[in-house]
Amino acid sequence: MSPEARYVNARVRRNEDARLLTGRARFVDDVQLPGLLHVAFVRSEHAHGRLIKVDGAAARRRPGVVAVYTFDDLGEYGRPAPVLVPPPPISGLVFHPRTHRPLASGKVRYVGEPIAMIVAESRYLAEDAVRDVIVDVDPLDAVVDLEAALTAGAARVHDDLESNAAAHVVQRKGDYAAARDRADVIVARRFTYDRGAAAALENRCVLAQWDRQAEELTIWDTTQAPIPIRNGLASRLGLSESQVRVVAPFVGGGFGPKIMMFYPEELLVPWASIRLARPIKWTEDRQENFFATTQERGQLHDAEMALTRDGRILGIRDTFLFDTGAYDPYGLTIPINTQCTLLGPYDVPNYSSEFTAVFTNKTIVTPVRGAGRQHGVFVSERLLDLAARELGIDRVEIRKRNLLGPDRFPHNHEIMFQDSAPLVYDSGDYLPALEQAAATIGYAELVRQQAQRRSGTRRVGVGIACYVEGTGIGPYEGARVTVELSGKVRVATGVGTQGQGHYTVFAQVVADVLGVSVEDVQVITGDTREFQWGTGTFASRGAAVAGSACHAAAMSVREKIVALAASVLGAEPDRLEVAGGRVSVRGAADRTISLAQLAARANPLRGAVRPGTEPGLESTAYFGPDRGSTASGVHAMIVEVDVETAMVEVKRYVVVHDCGRIINPLLVEGQIHGGVAHGLGNAFYEQLVYDEQGQLLNASFMDYLLPTATDVPPIETAHRETPSPFNPIGLKGVGEAGCIPTGAAFAQAVEDALNIEILDIPLSPDRLFRLIQQAADR
Amino acid sequence: MPRRGLMILRLVVNGGNHEADVEPRLLLSDFLRQGLGLTGTHVGCEHGVCGACTILFDGEPARSCIMLAVQADGHAIHTIESLSPDGITLNPLQEAFRDAHGLQCGFCTPGILMTLSAFLRDNPAPSQAEVRDALSANLCRCTGYQHIVEAVTRVTRSPLR
Repeated sequence: MSPEARYVNARVRRNEDARLLTGRARFVDDVQLPGLLHVAFVRSEHAHGRLIKVDGAAARRRPGVVAVYTFDDLGEYGRPAPVLVPPPPISGLVFHPRTHRPLASGKVRYVGEPIAMIVAESRYLAEDAVRDVIVDVDPLDAVVDLEAALTAGAARVHDDLESNAAAHVVQRKGDYAAARDRADVIVARRFTYDRGAAAALENRCVLAQWDRQAEELTIWDTTQAPIPIRNGLASRLGLSESQVRVVAPFVGGGFGPKIMMFYPEELLVPWASIRLARPIKWTEDRQENFFATTQERGQLHDAEMALTRDGRILGIRDTFLFDTGAYDPYGLTIPINTQCTLLGPYDVPNYSSEFTAVFTNKTIVTPVRGAGRQHGVFVSERLLDLAARELGIDRVEIRKRNLLGPDRFPHNHEIMFQDSAPLVYDSGDYLPALEQAAATIGYAELVRQQAQRRSGTRRVGVGIACYVEGTGIGPYEGARVTVELSGKVRVATGVGTQGQGHYTVFAQVVADVLGVSVEDVQVITGDTREFQWGTGTFASRGAAVAGSACHAAAMSVREKIVALAASVLGAEPDRLEVAGGRVSVRGAADRTISLAQLAARANPLRGAVRPGTEPGLESTAYFGPDRGSTASGVHAMIVEVDVETAMVEVKRYVVVHDCGRIINPLLVEGQIHGGVAHGLGNAFYEQLVYDEQGQLLNASFMDYLLPTATDVPPIETAHRETPSPFNPIGLKGVGEAGCIPTGAAFAQAVEDALNIEILDIPLSPDRLFRLIQQAADR
Repeated sequence: MPRRGLMILRLVVNGGNHEADVEPRLLLSDFLRQGLGLTGTHVGCEHGVCGACTILFDGEPARSCIMLAVQADGHAIHTIESLSPDGITLNPLQEAFRDAHGLQCGFCTPGILMTLSAFLRDNPAPSQAEVRDALSANLCRCTGYQHIVEAVTRVTRSPLR
């Protein structure tokens, strides 16, 4: 009677692939409409300055230009965007929300901030007209360096604030000062950890069409969160939510920034479409993406760890600065993730963590895959390595001594997580993962060979780092499951999808519950007409939260199927078997009915649907976890460093991870591979380099290097499954895991190869070369 | 005679003859996507680095985002749409991508398939290193490339490393 697991946990090929592989899949920029107008933006060339005048008269006169808008044209619509994520209720928390307007007014605060919008008959003409707009800016000193930003004489990004501090948060557990007094050893260092661009291969795109007759607005948007976009735009435009449809069709990679709501362009294109009563499209180009799409950047940590002589952690203290860029619409998600994830899989009885978010004249910072977690993991993993060295304890051994044991769950860390719930780990089994990773990479043997590895010009190092990842947070997602007259199943859910494989994993969950083939389950995501409740794809929550909602809806449909079949076949429900697209009475091969026939009976054209029942084989269900589930894992790598060129080659990369019950191991491996590649980019190739005027110096793929196929090694992945008790299938998220401990493991491996100390990520060949030279000079 | 300021473009795309009057500055990628509606060719960087826009130009891989449409006058172009003429049946390389999970968001995939189609035509039994070298012409942010290499290995039946 209970569903049989046929697809869940199997390496199922994806339902969506055929469309993508043949070029048929529709991305937003593929949408063509008659009479379509195109947009280009005039953007600030200054990081900081008073906006004296914007004159679009010449642009308006250019043939083919339909409209030019500046802030003065927007009226009430020009008000600042909303704060998306209010900070969690932490005692003493200070947060100054300052959000962007659709177009700059009074001041410009980062290079790329939109100043004027040009609408023309073609993108070529719109770009021509950009040069016609006269922008008069009186430049101000740019706020770039985090520490300098907080000094008394610093220029201020927001004149109405007393300083560039955007937020200040202290979280404490236990009594760190007392722990410090008891400690045998204190390791203290300053660490920097910089992140970079999400660099989804598809740039952003928004297309809006106002239908004057129907009074309906349709928006195609490369967003990770179509439903909140629909709700927010409807409200801001004075329309009913039913008048606005947001479609996020195939989206070419998200990685975080495509959930920044609402980008200026996302506010302006629909507004202009209504004003002009024409369809309008804006497609970001790659250079704009570097300036105008949100990014993640650096943190500066002053951290220390107090330990006993035998390497037990007594406590950690950390004070850090977080660069939030020119505005802070996304609240404090990133630094709170850092603060929480720093505790890792370890037993840390005393913790004192304090951060200041800092406004700078740079692009807005919002979460990028990992979302601050890697910064925290880097700090605690580096402190453990330094402590191991100081205490003469092996690196793996010191970790083993501090891991939370399997008897410690649920484990309450007594601080607040980004989802406004206490940081409680649901389940985990950390030691076997560490042992498996160490054994797979041959750690013990490599340690024995350390002297040989460190000789010659190509030196070999091994790194091994642990992490946890808070995933699958609320508030909720929903799904509607319908058995159609054909007997095929349709699933609609509200989360957007950007390549994760939702069309397949949700189909797997539903196919098992309803006993149908996975190819016969059609999943629809990212269209507010299909499903209109939900939040979006972020925080590695799609499978755990929306997947659980799909499961719940499918279970409810299964009940309807069984109840109807029981009455039609005249059998007790517990004698029925739901499989192969049919319901059959066990042991009576001739007493059987197909789902198609049942769907027809459930929605009759004559007769009556009995009171207390509903027509159709359809149910909608929601899933809202009280708190997230905590995934975990260990990454180990072997690097070879050429001491003459400072080039690093990753020779082997091992991932042992635990994301709870796995729906599709093939897709989970894909998530991990991509995450590791992103993490290696972050560790060695990628950095957004700003000069002292706040100009981004490497805003192209020529200068900002994404790892290529020759940079990323084959990744050996092992799955461990500790189910989460927080959802019915036992799922935890995995979307971000691959890139979280990569920088920490990379630093440790390079350090091991060269016998130097590494406190900063990203490294780069030239940065590493200088470290090698400094070590040689000593 | 084309209208003033326009040039006549005659080319063969996916085996079909096309003629159009185009602005000399029109990019080939824009002509294919907007002029012919062949939106399977994607534009990821517009400066010739990411490779999402890769097409075959007289059989050789080329970046359609840094070519002018008029440069294709008199030439033969193949786009992703040519790999599966009915748009549904997958060719062996496409099938292998599906089997090996060689794509995630799929935005870079058309360019990668075009690069690899030419590569495998010229080198039907490549080593893993040669596959990675060829693939380094295209950027992918989702897959970490491993499953793409595996997909190629399935087609060529080279031993897995």
